[in-house]
Amino acid sequence: MKSDVQSRLKSVLTGGGFAVTAECGPPRGANANVIYKKGELLKGCVDAVNVTDNQTAVVRMSSLAACLHLLELGVEPVMQMVTRDRNRIALQSDIMGAYSLGIRNLLCLSGDHQSLGSQPEAMNVFDIDSVNLLHAVRTMRDEGEDMSGFTLNDAPKMFIGAAENPFADPLAYRVVRLAKKIAAGADFIQTQCVFNLPRFKEWMRMACEEGLTEKVYIMAGITPLKSAKMAQFMATKVAGMDMPESVIKRMSGVTGSAAVEEGQKIALETIAELRIIPGVRGIHIMAIEAEERVPELVRAAGLLPRSQK
Amino acid sequence: MIVAKQKPIAEIKEMLRPYPKVLILGCGTCVKTCFAGGEDEAATLGAVLRLAFGQEGKSIKTEELTVERQCEDAFIQEAAQAVGRNQAVLSLACGAGVQAMARRFGKAVILPGVNTTFMGVLEKPGLFTEECSGCGDCELDTFGGICPVTRCSKRLMNGPCGGSKNGKCEISPDTDCAWQLIIDHMTALGQLEDLKRYIPAKDWRPSLSGGPRHLIREDHVI
Repeated sequence: MKSDVQSRLKSVLTGGGFAVTAECGPPRGANANVIYKKGELLKGCVDAVNVTDNQTAVVRMSSLAACLHLLELGVEPVMQMVTRDRNRIALQSDIMGAYSLGIRNLLCLSGDHQSLGSQPEAMNVFDIDSVNLLHAVRTMRDEGEDMSGFTLNDAPKMFIGAAENPFADPLAYRVVRLAKKIAAGADFIQTQCVFNLPRFKEWMRMACEEGLTEKVYIMAGITPLKSAKMAQFMATKVAGMDMPESVIKRMSGVTGSAAVEEGQKIALETIAELRIIPGVRGIHIMAIEAEERVPELVRAAGLLPRSQK
Repeated sequence: MIVAKQKPIAEIKEMLRPYPKVLILGCGTCVKTCFAGGEDEAATLGAVLRLAFGQEGKSIKTEELTVERQCEDAFIQEAAQAVGRNQAVLSLACGAGVQAMARRFGKAVILPGVNTTFMGVLEKPGLFTEECSGCGDCELDTFGGICPVTRCSKRLMNGPCGGSKNGKCEISPDTDCAWQLIIDHMTALGQLEDLKRYIPAKDWRPSLSGGPRHLIREDHVI
């Protein structure tokens, strides 16, 4: 990775710190106050905030616009970008635009299939896949060229992220795919929510064995559960989720605010375990419309204060 | 083969409403094989339409004929007289056949009776599956004979997404994960190592993205 990327998240990770990011979903509408509110909640307790790109294929305010709202607050965004909705022309153009507006972190994804979303009638794009996107963003940054080989008049220099799901199949190939993403350009990885710790540890062990943890910063996904219903929903309705029966059982024993506390407790226990797994360099909290819980979670995990450099 | 599915009767009925005398023209190759538009389907559809219009107190006269292939002019010509004595033609061919008919018979009303769905195979009795998108640049040699362009819901060329679970795709438990199939097959071939290679962004110019395609064979031009 070239060193001239200006990103706080990058500084924390390269400086050897244990990084904390959180997710912020834009509103289903044009109200910027939703972003300001979430941004204010997260400000100071995380290193950067991921802004999802029409997550679960539900139409929302664009990630680029919402990232800009966060920047206005002084919150560092990680712009998420899926290849589902834009072809390579639009993707590269938006990356240049995003960089010109001050966005310095980019998470490259394929995206949930639109048939699972709010407008399943839509045609998808998938001109390129997430690995191609990583490659394109890295080439822009390190070679100063777009996908056609054209030398750019100021290239966007992004700190480049990718997602990985240690719980998807086939397990043996997950690490190969991780290696491909790293080789294509990923500087950091944010994983799917970790509930199945043994499986996550197994995946990390394989990644370590392949030497991948030396080449990329892996941040483990955390989602504090709110209720047994949420656990059930995630177990059955969310693509790529691995929710062990034991977690559902634990959440089923409690209701109301006790359930929220239990969810927080599970998250804290998971974070504690994650911190001692070799190669885990941070956590990525996906609170899913419960951003108000993030500051307390980060505090209780002993991860405050965050450096504001 | 080209796989098609007969349109719903209600939709066909509305299309045919202005035309009381109709030729139902079957196609004897692909759509016959997938039970959408061969002789049998043309005959059945004629009977169903007569009955359906009859229930409304209206009548429709149908004539049924099936040619070998509606996508070839030589076979289409066999239908010329039947086309001439009817007010419209309900073609049970794929979209190529319907258009070849419209091209051949410029003054006839040619209507589609089936929805052309995909290029595929009969995987097992009663199950047709899509196998090829005609992208114009076949890379099946790279993927163990399983096409990610067609069979991966996201057209991923560099491995499975995070939605692959127990061999199934995130879009439906009825849909196989193409990448699970590719990995299994390459493992069986002892070629799994090949899947570590980065596959660059695909050039879509030979596909429909490059505009409507045509093929010129100079050696056959008269």
